[in-house]
Amino acid sequence: MAMSKRKRTRVIRVVQYAVLVVVVAGFAATADWGRLADAFFDLDVASGMFPDVITVALVNTLIYTGLGFGFGLVVGLVLALMRLSGVPAYRWLAGIYIEFFRGLPALLVILAIGSGIPLAFPGTNLDRYVSIMIALGIVASAYMAETIRAGIQAVPKGQVEAARSLGMSSGRAMLWIVVPQAFKIILPPLTNELILLTKDSSLVLFLGSSQLQYELTQFGRTELNQSRSLTPVLVAGMCYLIITIPLSYLSRYLERRTGGTRIRSAEATEIVDTELEATK
Amino acid sequence: MSEPAIRITGLRKCFGDLDVLCGIDVSVAAGEVVCVIGPSGSGKSTLLRCVNMLEEPDQGSVFVNGVDLTHEDVDIDAARRRIGMVFQSFNLFAHLTVLNNLTIAQRKVLGRGKEEANKVALENLARVGLAEKANAMPAQLSGGQQQRVAIARALSMDPEVMLFDEPTSALDPELVGDVLEVMRLLAEEGMTMLVVTHEMQFAREVADRVLFMDGGVVVEQGPPAQVIGAPRHERTRTFLARVLDPIHRVE
Ligand SMILES: Nc1ncnc2c1ncn2[C@@H]1O[C@H](COP(=O)(O)OP(=O)(O)OP(=O)(O)O)[C@@H](O)[C@H]1O
Ligand SMILES: [Mg+2]
Repeated sequence: MAMSKRKRTRVIRVVQYAVLVVVVAGFAATADWGRLADAFFDLDVASGMFPDVITVALVNTLIYTGLGFGFGLVVGLVLALMRLSGVPAYRWLAGIYIEFFRGLPALLVILAIGSGIPLAFPGTNLDRYVSIMIALGIVASAYMAETIRAGIQAVPKGQVEAARSLGMSSGRAMLWIVVPQAFKIILPPLTNELILLTKDSSLVLFLGSSQLQYELTQFGRTELNQSRSLTPVLVAGMCYLIITIPLSYLSRYLERRTGGTRIRSAEATEIVDTELEATK
Repeated sequence: MSEPAIRITGLRKCFGDLDVLCGIDVSVAAGEVVCVIGPSGSGKSTLLRCVNMLEEPDQGSVFVNGVDLTHEDVDIDAARRRIGMVFQSFNLFAHLTVLNNLTIAQRKVLGRGKEEANKVALENLARVGLAEKANAMPAQLSGGQQQRVAIARALSMDPEVMLFDEPTSALDPELVGDVLEVMRLLAEEGMTMLVVTHEMQFAREVADRVLFMDGGVVVEQGPPAQVIGAPRHERTRTFLARVLDPIHRVE
């Protein structure tokens, strides 16, 4: 068949669009829109969720995510430094930790830690927020460690040499010169990490909690059971998007701003991209 | 004779099975300016980096003001405070303003207060003619300005000796002059300087002594007029013929 390359591309494109239209139209025609609308768009149920869905659930989601992220960041930094350490035992320990926790489902880790801590330290009656912080933090730290390590390695060697030549110890050079620049480089992937953790914070619902401690997903599920309407799912979902979409834009903005000048940050981003893929 | 500012004896360094420095003996007297010239790969940078232990020598000793830096009991961070180093690629701290580039080591290493550190920094910025750039970020400066800031940063630590590794090689030709001028002033003030450079004119006019290195050894050394003007060794002549422009070669 004699068809120019460009013409063939155009024909393929038209066929693709046609298939897409047929599929979408097929769904639209066969789905029961009335029942969907009743289930998902019940305004009474929706308005009944306010203001608690914001003042309690959304706030708790933010708190849990923030606690987990902060803890994960600290542990991740320590792990990254261990991975880059000259002491073999540190490198191995960090490597084992990272492989271990990256290889397990987040839910399993959260269950194990959330219920394991009270068993391991009986009587200490750990605050629930602390358990959540540790559980989510451990899940996040294993990923962040690799991101931070890539960021540290992306800082040009000359920066350390300049710092050392001024008399800074290797620890000071790391703290004052390398780490600040590393974090600047990995800001976009860290923002993505924050998005992932925002969603993963929903998993703490399996740890059980009192009503005032509900985060978005548990709040939505409870309302769902009470109202027998799917509207709470929609409302809770919207609340997540209020958090995650701006973060996603922020991440892309940061990437554009740093991406042009810092070729080496591609390394950091790449690792996180494969991680993102892996978690999906 | 009093102890030289820098005394290098029997220095050897290899990377894997590549012998980069094969027994170097060099002394630099206090206040002396010594320029090191030589072809690419001859070990000039490695020699300089051994002086402040950025590279660890395999054999031999490096004394700076009488202290053997290769001795295992030496506090190397303390020793490096007194040895300023200027790199070919400037290596300014990219996340800090010019002023903070000059103050961070003063404050974190020397323990100077903010006020004193700022004062010292501004004095040194003025010295290199960049006082008005105190609040700029390094990326906003030209290469020549960055290198002058790097010199001011090293000077802010009140070093006793200064090491320069091809400080003008990464610069556009029209920016070289400003940096060399700063170095010339520093030399006139009596700073002890060990300078790796390809700027023959600078070496001629400013250096007290020129070393020609090739293949990890010092082939020839002496006053600039002798080493650059009337080299005795064939290798030096070949090198100079390649580096110098025709006008100089006629002399
Ligand atoms: N860290 C290192 N690891 C392995 N080889 C190295 C290292 N540093 C330098 N070398 C090698 O040692 C030799 C001397 O290097 P050096 O940088 O001292 O030369 P140079 O005289 O400064 O050259 P140039 O004029 O190109 O800067 C080169 O062959 C170089 O490849
Ligand atoms: Mg060199």
